[in-house]
This record gives sequence, structure tokens and C-alpha cells, in this order.
Amino acid sequence: MNLQDPAEIFRLEARELLEAIEQGLLDLADRQDDRDLVDAVFRSLHTLKGSGAMFGMEALAAFTHHCETAFDRVRKGLAPATPELITCVLNARDHMRALVEGDPDPAVGDALLAELHRVLEAGDAAPPAAKAAPVAKAWRVRFSLPIDAMANGTNPLGLLAELRDLGDCRIVASTEAVPAIDDLNPTDCHLAWDVTLAGPKVSRSSIEDVFLFVMDDMVLEIVETGAVEAPAEEAVAVVEAAIVEPVAVAAAPAPAAAPAAETKKADSTLRVPAERLDELMDRVGELVIAQSRLKTIAAHSPDMALRSVSEEVERLAAELRDTMMVVRMVPISNLFGRFRRLIHDLQRDTGKSIDLITQGETTELDKTIIERLADPLIHVIRNAADHGLETPEQRTAAGKPATGKLTLSARHSGAEVVITVSDDGRGIDRERVRAKAEQSGLIAPGATLSDAELLHLIFAPGFSTAAAVTNLSGRGVGMDVVKRTIESLRGAIDITSVPGQGSQVSLRIPLTLAIIDGLLVRVGDGRYVVPLAAVEECVELSPEQDARSAGRSLISLRDEFVPFLRLRELFRTTAEVGPHQKVVVVSTGEARVGLVVDQIIGDHQTVIKSLSKLHADVETFSGATILGDGGVALILDVPHLVEAGQRLEKQFRVAS
Amino acid sequence: MIQIETAANDDHIQVLTFDIRGETFALEAGLVREILDLPDETEVPGAAAFVSGVMNFRGRVIPVADLRLAFGLGRADDTPDSRIVVIELELDGDATLVGLRADKVHEVTSLSLAATEPAPPIGMRWRQDYVSRIARRDGEPLILPDLACIFAERGEPRAAAPTLQPVS
Repeated sequence: MNLQDPAEIFRLEARELLEAIEQGLLDLADRQDDRDLVDAVFRSLHTLKGSGAMFGMEALAAFTHHCETAFDRVRKGLAPATPELITCVLNARDHMRALVEGDPDPAVGDALLAELHRVLEAGDAAPPAAKAAPVAKAWRVRFSLPIDAMANGTNPLGLLAELRDLGDCRIVASTEAVPAIDDLNPTDCHLAWDVTLAGPKVSRSSIEDVFLFVMDDMVLEIVETGAVEAPAEEAVAVVEAAIVEPVAVAAAPAPAAAPAAETKKADSTLRVPAERLDELMDRVGELVIAQSRLKTIAAHSPDMALRSVSEEVERLAAELRDTMMVVRMVPISNLFGRFRRLIHDLQRDTGKSIDLITQGETTELDKTIIERLADPLIHVIRNAADHGLETPEQRTAAGKPATGKLTLSARHSGAEVVITVSDDGRGIDRERVRAKAEQSGLIAPGATLSDAELLHLIFAPGFSTAAAVTNLSGRGVGMDVVKRTIESLRGAIDITSVPGQGSQVSLRIPLTLAIIDGLLVRVGDGRYVVPLAAVEECVELSPEQDARSAGRSLISLRDEFVPFLRLRELFRTTAEVGPHQKVVVVSTGEARVGLVVDQIIGDHQTVIKSLSKLHADVETFSGATILGDGGVALILDVPHLVEAGQRLEKQFRVAS
Repeated sequence: MIQIETAANDDHIQVLTFDIRGETFALEAGLVREILDLPDETEVPGAAAFVSGVMNFRGRVIPVADLRLAFGLGRADDTPDSRIVVIELELDGDATLVGLRADKVHEVTSLSLAATEPAPPIGMRWRQDYVSRIARRDGEPLILPDLACIFAERGEPRAAAPTLQPVS
């Protein structure tokens, strides 16, 4: 990404504005009378229009103009922020996004505008009854512009004219700061103004809007000088009385409070392209590898100084790694925010009333993981809203509140983040799941399944219990996407459900994809890494067990049969078999498989390197890592091995 | 690390020449990143024989390819002269580093394109599409392999992939 490209800079900015508009609109749907929200949305629209025109995106500017106009009416109290209007502008926002990304559908734009006009006219027909006639107020505005304001293209006369349009206005210029004529640079702006304003249309925000584009650098003070119930003429009189010595007032030191409040925007956040962070992470990975080599050398050296440096480097490398991980972390609120829109649309499409509750939004997760979680979570939430929650009538009949509750929560748990989507709907109908699975051949009729196994069937490809295919879900695609994505992130899915009370789907995701804890094992001459999170236990494979299990690839562990894979055979190793083979039992939540290895070497901080495309067809490995001695160890793909083990077990069961 | 001049004048190209089982090959020098002594190679069980292993190249894990297999030359024992030529090539749209095994690396030399000819359709031991051009040098043929084609086909013949069947 080239940050010097103005179009790209604009797109970045526009995306943020669109995000702000969406969040503002959604908030507004809940609190329709919140003037600050209306103003915020208006300002975002206004800025989008302005910068769109500046970057030559005429279509965007023209389209946004209509929405801005609509919101201007809301802002001025001429039209209410009805749910229809909000939905309409939300849809318009999507079109703006398409315009920004350069993928617009002109027909959609025209339809949206027509809809917008229709909604506005409907709003006009029924003006907001709640809004009492605004009380005329008097305001005192004192402002001065930065000295280079005129050089930068601001025309103070324009600002004054806009103020004059707001209501009855009296402007006094202060020439206090103007230097002697010899020192005067004609393009400098030394004037300050003291304005008294009165009128029904005047409000703090309307005054601030006048200064919208110059507010950051200027000194602005807005004081309300009192509500005026009396007719306008009297109000002017009062205001005039209030100004006793305009010049003296202007000469008073400008209060610092207002500008100070404006500077709060300048936080010290840095925007960095993601790939630079990835590069940095690579370097840190290399450092960790180099450090483990140093450690190996130091361990074999009698030199105390070398050892002490090695320990120092080890500590620094570990700290650097941890810091690097933190840098890549972003709060999950980024992700949760997107689902508010989804819920809004779902309510409209399903006719259900849904309350979205989010918890633990500050929980942080690696940015790449967050990006990849968006899709699976959309599927889970849709599923909960469509299948889980009942209609308001059904809910009332069942003695529940008519509004369904959907809770989205995130929390840390060890080296994982657990993201839970729970609903208080009808729960999963186990009989229907079973019937459906038998019907589609996923399980044998009458097969004994644990409750967890049964519930997990909903993640099987092609599975859907929805009697009718809806716009949202029921096509049987989606939930298997969830399973696949989560597994590719080396995560796991837990699911629980209580009939009549709701279901809960938990996605357990590792904190990072870059560095994991691994168990280093040896098979023949090769060394391999098993992700430690997947390891359940390690047991010795005695020669007797080995001989007994030769024909069936099942091992009994505490009265339970576990299928196992001999990695020696899988990898076609010809090296001699060691006398103490071990079984490393790995699992993916509910299914387990034993991996027979020659030796367990120990734990290993594994910097994950992906394999090239030349090895994309090798499914047994999910990646590779570099060991302390500079050698390469391959990382075993546990879900794939477990699946292979399950197939073996099935074959054995059929055969016996 | 050998720094390689990639500047070419007229129809001359800079090539790196190396031996594989008595045949001399030439690669455009611009592709070459580094020439290494034989590193520890890690076998990838289940991978095609042509790219049967991976190695550590400056903290990156890169595949090691064996042109001998693509040209049906059979494996040779490693000698003190054996080297890995690390090249960068475009693979399905991504720049990828690959190590190539060579029995002996000679030199970077300039080669006139006019002195090369397309691979003859007959009379070759190798698949014609794996050879982009052939040059004569001191009476011996110099083979310019078509790496894009070889890597696109993963240098057949493939090794039989191990299956996850129970062995009884």
C-alpha cells in the first residue's frame, strides 16, 4: 500500500467516516432525540462530501449531498429521525461505500435517492409533535482566527455572513492586536470579533458549524447569555444592554478552555501498514531463532561471560517478542461494532425484536485473526437470530420477554481468547438434528453419539435443520465455513444448548498465529513439532502393547479405545525403531488420536513459517519452524491427523 | 554470498553455469540470490520427489528442488563440490525462494542469445518443454531450463504420496 497515493489516503479516511456514520446511525436508532448524535452524523456526511469533492469523486459528493441535506433537516428540527429514515440512510451509506471502493451500481443509487425523498416527504407530512417551538436564546460569540488564516484561504467575511444568516446579529471587531502599520503584513489576520446573536434558530451547534473547518486552530468562545421568552425585539434590546463596552470585553484575555477542549483530538496514534508489522514480526522470529542457537552454543561453553550475555539476549528477545505481540493486538470491539449493523438488518428481515449485548469488547486479539473471524461470526450470529430466537408472539407465549437477547462476549482464557455467541431462544432441537443427520447420511441410523457430537453435527457440510430456506440461513452452507475457518486458525468450537432456554456457541482462538508453544518430537531422523495446545497426554508404548496393537491401530487408554497413527509408517521412515516409543495423544476438542513417535525431545518456542506453494499439497503439515541448531522441523497439522485417525477408527469398527 | 552483475548489453545475457550429473545448465543470473554449501535438508514426507525437502535460508524455510529428477538424471551422491543455488521465481503469482541442487557451480558468464537455439523437437533425452534454449560452449551443450514450466508441473514424475491407510 502506498500511503503517498492521495486516492488511497482518501479511501482510508472515507472508510473511517463511513464507519462513524454507520455507528452514529445505529446509536441514533436507539436514541432518536440525541442531538449530539444527529450533529455527529451530519458532520461526518458533510466531511465525506467535502473531501470526496476535493479528491475528484464527484459521484460520491453528489450522492452524499442528498443524505447530508436530509440530515440537515433533522438537525434543524424540520424532520424527525424516524427508523425509516435511519434505515434509508444506512442503505445509502452502503452505496457510498461502493462509490468509495469504485464498485457502484447506479440503479441502486437512484433507487436509494427516490426512497430517501419519499421518506423525507412522509416525515414532512407528520412534523415531530414532541418538538416544542424552540425558545429564542441569546448567544455571545467571541473568536479570533489564527494569524495565517487568510493566507490559508479562510475568508472571515464569509464566516461573519454565515453568522448573520443564523439570526439577529451584531458584530464588533476588535482591533487590539493589530500592529503598527509598518509592522503589518497585509495577509496576516490580527482581528478578533465579538458577536451577539439571537434568534430561534441559533444553537451552540449551529454556531459551531459555521466554524467547522477552521475550528481546530482558532480561539472560539460561545456563551449563552440567557433564554429569552420575550418576543424578538425585546431580546435584541436585552442583548444590546448586555454589551456595555465591547472593546473592553474583547480585550479581556481570551479564555483558554475552549481551544484546549478542541486539541483533545491530537492523540499520538500512528497508522502503520500491516505488512510492515508483519515484516517486523518476521525479524523478531529470526531473532528468537538466532537466540536459541546462541543458547545452544552457550550451554556447551565454559565461558561464563558468554553465558551471561546469552541469558541477557534471551530475556530481551522474549520481551521483544511479547511487545511485538501486543503491537499487533487490536481490541475486539473493532469486530463487534460491525455486528450491530448485522443485527439491525436481521431485525428488519426476520421481524424479530433482538437486543444485542456485547461484553469484553476490550479483549485484544491479533489483527490478522480478527479479520478472519468476521465471516464465521456473521454465520453464527445469523444462525442464532434466524434459528435460535423465536418470534415475539412465540416468545410471549412461552412466557419470555418479547425481545430476544443475543449476547456477544469475549474473554481471555490462558493462551486463548474465547468468543461466545449466546441467545435466549428455543435451543437446538436434538431430535431434529439427529433426524436430519440420518436423513442426509451424516450418521448411521440409531448411532450412539455423545451430546457434544450430536450438537457438532450442525457444523457438518450440507447440514441445515431449517424447514424453509430463508434469505438469511438454512441453505446448509455457512456453519461448515465456521468450522473450517476456526480450525485453520488452530481454534476450536464448543457448543451447548438447553431446550427452551437458548444455545451458546463458543469459539476458542489462539492469541496469535505467529509464535506458539510446541512439543518437539523425533520420528526416525526427522524432528517434528506438535502444537502443545492440542496435546492431551504422552504415554509410553510398551513393546507388548506395540505387538498387540499391530493389526488394529487402536490403543486402550484407561478403558477407552483411542485410534493411533504410527508416524514412522506415515512418513515412511526407514531408520531403526527405538526401544521406547511414545504415544502423544492429541485432540481437537472432542475427537482424539494418538501419534506414535520415537522420542519426545521437549518443549519448543515455535516461530511458525508457512510452507511454500510447492508443498501446498502436503496436508500432514501446517507449517515449519527453525530449531536452535539451524535445522528445520515440520509442524504437524493436528485437525488433519485427527480426521485421518477417525477414519481409521471407523474402518476398524466396520471391519470388526 | 556472491554478488552478481545482472547488467546485460545487446543480446548478451548474464548466466550462472552449473553441472548436474555431467550436464551443464545455465540460469539467468538475475534469478540467483545466493549460492550455498549444502545445508541440512529436512525431508517433507509426502511431498513430490522433485521438491522432497525444505531448508533454512536466513531464517526462512524454503523448498529445495532437484532438477536431476525433472530431467530424469537420477540422484547423485553429495560431493564436496555440491551446492545449493537459491533462486527467486514467480510461482502462481507469488515471488518464491527456491533452492536448486547442483553438483558443481562454475561461473557467471555472458552468453549471446544469438548463439543459442530453441530446443530441438527430437534427439533429446529430456522433455522438450522443460528446455527453453540450448547453447553451444566449447563443443558441449549448455542447457537453459524452462523453470516456469518445470515448477508449474512440480517436476514430474511424482513420488507416490503416502496414504493414511492402516498397515497390518
